Amino acid sequence: MTDITVTPEAASGDHADDGHAHPTDALFVRTAVILAIITAFEVGWSYLPWWDGAHGLRSFIEISGLLIMMMAKFIIVANVFMHLKFDKPLLSWAFYFGFVLAVIVYMAVLTTFEIWSSGPPGFAP
Amino acid sequence: MSDATYVVSDGHTVDHMDEHPPTSTGISNEKLGMWVFLASECLLFGGLISTFVLYRNKVLPSAPGETAEHLHDAFDIAFTSTSSFVLLMSSLSMVLAVSAAQRGDMRILRSWLAVTALLGTVFIAGQFYEFYEFSAIEGFGFTHSPAWSAFYTLTGFHGAHVTIGIVILLVTLGLTFRGRVGQHNAEAVEIVGLYWHFVDVVWIVVFTIVYLIK
Amino acid sequence: MTTNDGALALGSGGALTAPPMGVFARAGQTKGWRSWITSVDHKRVGIMYGAASLFFFVIGGLEAYLIRLQLAQPEGKLLSADLYNQVFTMHGTTMIFLVVMPIGAAFMNYLIPLQIGARDVAFPRMNALSFWVFLAGGIVLNSSWFLGGGADGGWFNYAPNNGVVFSPSHGIDFWNMGLLLTGISSLVGAVNLITTCLNLRAPGMTLMKMPVFTWMSLVTQFLLLFAIPVLTAAQVLLMFDRLFGARFFDVSAGGDPLLWEHLFWIFGHPEVYIMILPAFGLISEIIPTFARKPIFGYPFMVFSGIAIGFMGWGVWAHHMFASGIGPISVAAFSVATMFIAVPTGVKILNWLATMWGGKLRFTAPMMYSIGLITMFTIGGLSGVTHAIAPADTQQTDTYYIVAHFHYVLFGGALFGFVGGWYFWWPKVFGYKLSELHGKINFWVLFVGFNLTFGPMHILGLQGMPRRTYTYRDGYGFNFWNMVSTIGATLIGLSFLYFFWIIFHSYRAHKKAGVAVGPDPWDARSLEWSLQSPTPAHNFDYTPTIEVFDDFWHRKYGEDEDGRLVPVATGAEIAQPGNGEGVHLPSPSYWPIVLASGMPFLAYGLIFNLLLVIPGVLLIVGAMIGWILEPSTDPNADHGHDDEPSGPNDTSDVAVEPAANDEGDAVADEANAPEEVAAR
Repeated sequence: MTDITVTPEAASGDHADDGHAHPTDALFVRTAVILAIITAFEVGWSYLPWWDGAHGLRSFIEISGLLIMMMAKFIIVANVFMHLKFDKPLLSWAFYFGFVLAVIVYMAVLTTFEIWSSGPPGFAP
Repeated sequence: MSDATYVVSDGHTVDHMDEHPPTSTGISNEKLGMWVFLASECLLFGGLISTFVLYRNKVLPSAPGETAEHLHDAFDIAFTSTSSFVLLMSSLSMVLAVSAAQRGDMRILRSWLAVTALLGTVFIAGQFYEFYEFSAIEGFGFTHSPAWSAFYTLTGFHGAHVTIGIVILLVTLGLTFRGRVGQHNAEAVEIVGLYWHFVDVVWIVVFTIVYLIK
Repeated sequence: MTTNDGALALGSGGALTAPPMGVFARAGQTKGWRSWITSVDHKRVGIMYGAASLFFFVIGGLEAYLIRLQLAQPEGKLLSADLYNQVFTMHGTTMIFLVVMPIGAAFMNYLIPLQIGARDVAFPRMNALSFWVFLAGGIVLNSSWFLGGGADGGWFNYAPNNGVVFSPSHGIDFWNMGLLLTGISSLVGAVNLITTCLNLRAPGMTLMKMPVFTWMSLVTQFLLLFAIPVLTAAQVLLMFDRLFGARFFDVSAGGDPLLWEHLFWIFGHPEVYIMILPAFGLISEIIPTFARKPIFGYPFMVFSGIAIGFMGWGVWAHHMFASGIGPISVAAFSVATMFIAVPTGVKILNWLATMWGGKLRFTAPMMYSIGLITMFTIGGLSGVTHAIAPADTQQTDTYYIVAHFHYVLFGGALFGFVGGWYFWWPKVFGYKLSELHGKINFWVLFVGFNLTFGPMHILGLQGMPRRTYTYRDGYGFNFWNMVSTIGATLIGLSFLYFFWIIFHSYRAHKKAGVAVGPDPWDARSLEWSLQSPTPAHNFDYTPTIEVFDDFWHRKYGEDEDGRLVPVATGAEIAQPGNGEGVHLPSPSYWPIVLASGMPFLAYGLIFNLLLVIPGVLLIVGAMIGWILEPSTDPNADHGHDDEPSGPNDTSDVAVEPAANDEGDAVADEANAPEEVAAR
């Protein structure tokens, strides 16, 4: 997914009033197309027969693949659609601080529950 | 439209809309406030997502004597993928609305706001259908098991956020007709957009973690 | 000026002055109760926060005294076991959420805009909303006493004990709803004050020139911002469990009670710092004033506060050492907890170093500040003993824990707050509290406090369990419990005394008729450059800041030996308090209307969903009214040319933060703290 680097070539010209590039509609449409492609990939990936009954390394690859694509979509929407890339860095700091804090704290919680090595699904009361 | 004559309530003027508001950071209070709020929302949804991840296997048999079914046996991934795609595309229409507001193209602004609200409504309708399917048809209600409680709470909370977003969009749409929203305060549309995109971003995470990861 | 007959007149009556589409006539009073309920002035909101939290403090204090009376002697008969559970739960909840947090909010609301040189907070109406929602939450929580009994699961209400099976009354539902509302209030306040601190600083007021109190408030607000939603998530799960039959904490279905503990303490540990950091900030203003020295190691003060804020997120599980979270988790959290003592220790050393070699004046606020340092240090040290997991498993759920957190919260936060009251009282109300009585009051409180909570260390180590409604004769608990109850009586008396001092000082002030002057303490930060009480418009003109403690440096120069040389008195350089030409955010009914819808939702969810309907109508209606009402009434009389293209207009000045021309700065300030229509 290295081709998802989004370059605001719209930076040039009339709207560059304060040094921030103003993205164009064409960029947004392209971004949406990329997001759609990743989504298709994601769903397709989760359907691959290869994962049936996967555990261990295979399951790890399946889940990490999904999580990486999820994060790619997350960052693209936040940076392009939500203008973080074109806005003052303080906003990125504020938002990603909350996001990263949430990820770290809740990962720690789930780790204390030993969620990563959970047994078979189902629960016997 | 009367946008040109309306004196904006915050004292900023129509003529100066391109300049930064008078703040220490150069970011308007409203935008900074919204981003700070969204950062906070990460922790709220994080809690609900973690609850789901912890409980996703805590299922019970749908009836005594039967074996417990995993959540994914009930999911219709094709259906949910479609509605996820709809929500994702609503982000595009939202960002185009913001862009139209900045250009001052009121007709396009109204159209994209309406399209965004419509796409959001389609998503919510899909969620209603899904909830109905799971609870009434397949027998996995809210009180069925920890896994289903967590599923409904997480997706329901997100749905509530989308619904609030639709209401905000419709109010914004209404305000465009009164000249209260337009090029002079395009940032108001942008801030509404921030909320809407955030709701979309949350669904990106929820869709992967709840539906795609087995 | 706005007319205001029939304030709540709905429809499009003739008195309607708020175009376009206002429902209520614009609130226009500056006096009387209506001016308070419609006020969006950060100072009034701060005072209301303070008054409301003092009211809840009386309730929480009476609950505490009931506990002490019950435990004064073995086999106490005053409270039944059930009632005792409710009383200690409500005492803890009230003191934390309705007293310590809002007193902090009172100080922050009042002082932050003054200390950074702002006209008001970033979102004045949301500020008022934050207060009213807090009040609604406090009322919902305490109304449980009249509607079937209070919550009875302890302030942290562990699962599954908080479930309907073990707590069938509605007490915990009220607890849940009340705290959801105060959570909304805190969140709104956090967004508002963070934006204020970051965005509304006066020209030259860089982050590293902000007073330490403002810094600690900023850290506190970030902690609230991120901690409150975690509690909200947990409470939503609990609410669905209790009211709608969800299975989150149903152990028989596979629910995990530890999830509640984790979520609660992820919130709960930052909460500890949310309560103490404002008090730290207060005494960081008081001590330099009365030592006549700048705060020692200002950057260390700031960064240790930030460090506490960060590390506060990594220690929550030390509350759970006894719940079986596994040896690796225990070890990790134990080490993290020991580390968090470091930045706290930095602060204590810096306060001591500030006093070291200073010309100390032992005024009442100074004595409370020193009280905080000593008492908090004792509480901090007993806290370090909890960090050591093997010791903690012995101490868990004994009175040792009770002693610890009262030393940090009462001896720490509350001493700081009382000191803050004595210190800022003249600024807020225009008269000083009696110094003599204040000092006596301090000693009564100090002795009472130590008599009450000191013995609890001993009782705890002797094994007396907390949250147990009585104890038997012959365990060796009798003597110290009696001492503790006597101490609690002294604490009660000291607060009665405090209320009398307020009254007495006010009368003395009225009789003498002497104005207190802008700078009675010869203090350091910007709020003392204003008249007392603070004029409604705060600053006549926006100050320009050159150095940390700018106001002090305009009063004192240095000779070649580095000794202080007075160049001007505070009264001479204070702003005269002439608000002409200032343009303030207008009062509004919508915040209180919006907040009044919240209890309907709460009671509706508990009793009958039909009640939700008026609640939703009120809330949505208020939101729409809010959006349509310009935050500054276009018809309001502010003696200021509103013409956008006027020479004093904001935007031109704004991009030049260094502009200190008075006329421009007024216009700049006047427009800064307002909101766009859509918010």
